[in-house]
Order: sequence, then structure tokens, then C-alpha cells
Amino acid sequence: MKTLKELRTVRKMMEGELALRTHGNAHSKYEKHVLVCGGTGCTSSGSPKVIEKLEQEFEAKGLTDKIQIVKTGCFGLCELGPIMIVYPEGTFYSRVNIDEIPRIVDEHLIGGNPVKEFLYSETVEGDNIKALDETPFYSKQKRIALRNCGVINPEDINEYIGRDGYKALGEVLTEMTPEEVIQTILDSGLRGRGGAGFPTGMKWRLARTIVPDADIKYVCCNADEGDPGAFMDRSVLEGDPHVLIEAMTIAGYAIGASQGYVYVRAEYPIAVERLTIAIKQAREAGMLGNDIFGTGFNFDIDLRLGAGAFVCGEETALMTSIEGNRGEPRPRPPFPAEKGLYQKPSVLNNVETYANIPQIILNGAKWFASMGTEKSKGTKVFALGGKIHNTGLVEVPMGTTLREVIEEIGGGIPNGKKFKAAQTGGPSGGCIPAEHFDIPIDFDNLIGIGSMMGSGGLIVMDEDNCMVDIAKFFLEFTVDESCGKCSPCRIGTKRMYEILDKITKGKGTMEDLDKLEELCYHIKSNSLCGLGQTAPNPVLSTLRYFRDEYIAHVVEKRCPAGVCKDLLHFEVIKDKCFGCGLCARHCPADAITQTDYTAPGKKKPAYQIDKEKCIKCGACIGTCKFKAIINK
Amino acid sequence: MDTAKNSVAFSGTPEQEAQLLEFIKEKKDDKGALMPILQKAQAIYGYLPIEVQKIISDNTGISLEKIYGVVTFYAQFSLYPKGEHTISVCLGTACYVKGSGEIFEKLQEMLGISDGECTEDGKFSLEACRCIGACGLAPVLTVGEDVYGRLTVEDIDHIIAKYA
Repeated sequence: MKTLKELRTVRKMMEGELALRTHGNAHSKYEKHVLVCGGTGCTSSGSPKVIEKLEQEFEAKGLTDKIQIVKTGCFGLCELGPIMIVYPEGTFYSRVNIDEIPRIVDEHLIGGNPVKEFLYSETVEGDNIKALDETPFYSKQKRIALRNCGVINPEDINEYIGRDGYKALGEVLTEMTPEEVIQTILDSGLRGRGGAGFPTGMKWRLARTIVPDADIKYVCCNADEGDPGAFMDRSVLEGDPHVLIEAMTIAGYAIGASQGYVYVRAEYPIAVERLTIAIKQAREAGMLGNDIFGTGFNFDIDLRLGAGAFVCGEETALMTSIEGNRGEPRPRPPFPAEKGLYQKPSVLNNVETYANIPQIILNGAKWFASMGTEKSKGTKVFALGGKIHNTGLVEVPMGTTLREVIEEIGGGIPNGKKFKAAQTGGPSGGCIPAEHFDIPIDFDNLIGIGSMMGSGGLIVMDEDNCMVDIAKFFLEFTVDESCGKCSPCRIGTKRMYEILDKITKGKGTMEDLDKLEELCYHIKSNSLCGLGQTAPNPVLSTLRYFRDEYIAHVVEKRCPAGVCKDLLHFEVIKDKCFGCGLCARHCPADAITQTDYTAPGKKKPAYQIDKEKCIKCGACIGTCKFKAIINK
Repeated sequence: MDTAKNSVAFSGTPEQEAQLLEFIKEKKDDKGALMPILQKAQAIYGYLPIEVQKIISDNTGISLEKIYGVVTFYAQFSLYPKGEHTISVCLGTACYVKGSGEIFEKLQEMLGISDGECTEDGKFSLEACRCIGACGLAPVLTVGEDVYGRLTVEDIDHIIAKYA
């Protein structure tokens, strides 16, 4: 495929094929397409076995030529995996069990009647089956970065081309100057999705112009998603790897580079595999390599695997790591746009940022800038996790409120529990309390309330989570991941962790809280890189919004959420105890003994817990059928 | 992690060394080749003891102290051998708020080892990992390639029994 004309031919052919999945005017070789999610979430819950079973059934029942099985990337609703969708109907089967497959094949694929009891319950309304995009989880979403995830087979370049793939690259190389490309990205208002929100077009312009006579430049992609609980970049790599290749090639043209590097987490084996396949296909098809589309432009991409260091998300550390060194950051300026990888001008963007680029080129800067808030344009992908019904991946316009994301799309908190906080920005972000539920989410608003966008992890916490414990959890992470180069971060975060540990063990004082706050400000203002500068955020935001919990730990020596073990006291409520003795039999420390008090209406004497002997393991609570044991 | 137990003597084979040398020969002149070489070496030997680091140093001209510096910087590289089965408990935020901390404690108690260590019989090694991205199944642990999700502390005995 060396020319644009050939690309158009493939696109025309594939459009009809893919229209079957998008309710368009289809002329597919197959009667139906069965899409099964092959993302990490669904693979972990058993989707490879679902595909295997389908193949066996198709073979046995002669459906192989009539129905196509497509292994796609993530649909977003990881909670309900393994997920399977049948087109053209668009019926959505959730938590598919391989024992259910024969019935689905017989009744639905052959008989034409979807098996309602196996469908996602939100799509079934009496006798009607609703389309997926009418369910609360999908109806408020706007998919740009994720537009192909769960729609195409990521291992087939032709399916990507059928969804306008490489069309933007063709336009850029044949109709636009590099300066026009940069101006378009600048006008769109796109800001970096990796965390800090720096305007992407500005980054590109600097890399293009700051060293006018540079002979070599580089385009890098940060796919080392280190924020625990965020997995949007992984999902793009797994579900739509070609979009990254296309966007990086466009960036190469814009800044004048001919080599790109993707720095990807080794912990993402499926993503690495699909990206490797995609790069190979793109080279074979002439989308990477020399003289792309006959325009004389050369560009190629190589992969570099990360090796598990959170600090390598920082741009200078990432580039140092690609060079084969310890991934330590260095002071800026000079910024990478001037001296980056191998001391050459370099651009670094993250996966989600790149995933927006081809759509901006195709639909124009105005289109993109029409979505979002005044200073944050477009959409943002969030990874919903923690205490929420619909864990998974959602993409919403900037400016959507936390309430809409958590209550409407996320389906609220399970088990009737009360919402306590939403954590955004991972170890660099903060905890947002219910009082800020209606603030439109964008880069600046989140910073205003003491958190940050980060890469888009959104972890929901309920009344059972202790905010001091959560702050300690993040500090433990930071201490572990601090590279050790600068002392505010290396020593300061360790001291903060020690104070938090003291507080959760009931040994903290009020002076400790002041000391903690003071340390926060010093570490923020004196650390070398973003890791240290943002490390205090989880502590500062919990101190700001949940100070009463800290005070309960310090003054009353009590953990209101019942998490911090050293502060728990287990007690039998004697009037509720039936004297069955189950707890005493399960106690590993022989701390539970029978008393001589028999509660009114009960037949046997109640038990009691010896606080001296109790090791606070919680085994007794789990065994008591009468809820007669409490911790407080 | 440097305090982990190291009771097994290095026992690399000539075949392993030949495999590594061939890879080094192929990559040596690439820019930034050290990381891919270390990753390959760990895939061949399972870990990166000083003996393996020396082989790499001798054949690339990169100093041993630089190699040691890189090996000890990244969590993925291990100076110590791993057990037959590596149990990895996700302590990412989504798993942590759903109780993976308790699961990790229970495993430490059961196996008598802590993070990064290997049981004396060489059967299991235990590690905490940061998010494998299966947050929908939280809390999650993996044993080798097998993923177990939506766990409670009570499930642990049963899972370990499968591999013991």
C-alpha cells in the first residue's frame, strides 16, 4: 500500500464490512459479527476460553463461514467481563460463562432470538432489548480517544483503515505544512493527558523551532502508565495500537523527526504484543519506513520496555531510561524540546494525547475545541475503580461533574455504603470529598481543590476506608518509588511516612500534624521533579478535608472507619450473644471465654474478649452469625 | 528488597550463556542496548546475579558498577532467584481500597516470607505489584500467568493449595 489511492481502496472495502458493527449501510461477507473483548480485564476473567468455545461450536454447527469472531480491545465495562457483543443487533452479553455459549449459539446466532437472561441487565426492559449506547454507562460518554476500542480487531491494520485509519496521516503529508499541523493542534486546545496538562501544540512548536539547525530529533511516547489504578493508556494500546503509530508519525512530520520511541510498561504483555504486531503491519503496509505515501518523508518507531519505575513517567527520567541508564530525572531547563533524548530536541506525549491527534486533523481544531470547558478542551478518559458499581473505562467531555461520573455512569456505591472521597491523580493527586461533587472536572478545577487530573485514575472510597491509612498507603508508594537523587524527596517523604505510621498506630500528637504540614510545603517547593513536588498532595488534601479523622486518631486514639488495627477494640455485645461459642473456637489467640451472664431471652451465657490476649485479627467478627461482635 | 534471602548458588549453563552472548552480539551497537540486554538476561536466567552481570560487562564494555546501578534501580530486575511459582499481589490503589493489603498480609503469614522473598523449598516467591490493570476484578493476585480476582482472605488457602 504505497499510495493514497490504494489506502482509499482498502478503506472503501472495509467500511462496508465494519458498518455491520455501527448500524451503517453494511455489505459484509458475514451475516453476523461476534465481538469478544480481549483486553486485560476480560482476558483475566476468561475471554480466551469464550473464544475457544465459540470456535468449537461454529466448527461443529457449520457457522464458520457465516459468522465472524472478532477479538477486540476494551469495551470499558470491565466489571462485567468477559464481554461479548453480537452485531448487527448490538446485543450485549455480560459475564459470559462458557457453559452458556451453546445456548447463545443455538437460540440467538442460529435461531435469531437473543438469550435475555444472559444479557447485560441494563439493556433488558421487559420484552425490549435496548441498544448499548442507551444504557446509563454509555449514554453520557463521548468516545474520541477510545473510538475504536471494542469496535475493531486491533491485530488487523485493515480494520483500522476502515475506520478512517491513516487518512489523517495522508492528509498531513500531502496537504499540510508542518507549521499548519502544529497550528491546528494548538488551535484545538489539546493539553497533555499524562498529568500536567501542558498544551501539546506548544510542545511541538518548541521542538520544531527552538534549535533551528538540529540534524536529529525524536518523537517519544510515554506508555509507562505508572499510576496504580489507571489503565486507559493500556486499553488504547490493546484496543487500537495503530492510532498511536499514526499520531506519532504525524508528530514526527510536524517537528521534523524521523525516529520515534514508545516506552511501554513490561507489565502490559498484551499491549506490548499488539503494538509489536501493529508496528510490523504498518512497516509492511508502508505507513512506517522510508518515503511514506511517496512523499519522501521517513519515519520509524521502536519499542523500549520499561522495567518498573514510577519516576520514569517524568519526561527527563524516561529519556534517560531509554538511553539505558538509571531512570533519574535531571533539572529543567533545558527542556526536552531543546535537549531531550540523546541530547537532541525531543517531544514526549502520552498515549491518550496521541490518540486524539488523528481525529483533530480529520475533524478540525474547531470541532475539538467545541467540547469541554474554557481551558480544557475535548474529552478525558477515566479509569473508574474502587468502591463503585461499574468499574471500568469511561470517556467523557471535560467539564462533566464528579456526580455524573460516579452516580450516573458509575452506578454509585455498592452495598448501600456512603460515599467518602474520590481520589484522582494517583500518588500525585488528592482526595475529593462529597462537598465538591458538582464541580466540573477539568485540569484547573481539580488543582483548585487540591487534587490534579493526573493520567485519569478515579478511585472511589466509601465510609469503610480510613483517610489516614490511604494517605499512608500513597506515601509508602512514594517512598518506594523515590529515585533518591534529591534529598527533599528521598528523606522528606520517608519522614512523612514515619509520622503517618505513628498516627495510625495511635502514637501521634497534635504537633505531628503541624510537622506533617510543614514537611509537605518544603517537599513541594524543593524537590527536583514532579514526583517529589506532588508527593505531599495525598496528605495535604486529606488533612484539608478529613482533618477530623486525623484528630480522632491522635486525640481519641480511635480509627472511625475501623481500619487501623492498632486502634481497634473488639467487643462482644453481651445482650446480642447467643452463647454458641463459634467465635471462641475460631480465635487463634484463645482470647474469647464464656462469662456467667446470660442475656434475657437467650439460653446460654454470653462470651467476652480479653483485650490483653486479642491480636485483632478479626476472625471472630466473620464467624458471628448474630452480629454480636463489633470493633470500634 | 536487597535484604531478601539468597540461599541458592548460581548455576548457569553454557547453553544459557551462549544464548545471552548471541543476543548481546546482535544488540551491542544499538543505542540504549543495556536495558533490552538485561531484560533478555533475566528471561534466560530468571534473575540477574553478579555472575550474569559480569558476563554482560565483559561482552559490552559497560562497566560493572553501571550495570549494577541499573539492575538495582528498576523493580523488575531481581538479584535473587525466584520460586517455582511467583505470587504477585496487586497493591495498586483500586485493589488496596478493596482489601488487597489484608490478602498480602495473609500470604506473608502463610508462607513465612515477605515481599521479594522466596520460600526455602523454592516453591513460591511473593511480591507486591503496582496495578496490573485488571481493576474491574479488584482485589487481584496472580500466580505465574493465572489471574485470580474478586478475592477475599478466605480464598487464599484454596488458591495456594492448587500449586503446593
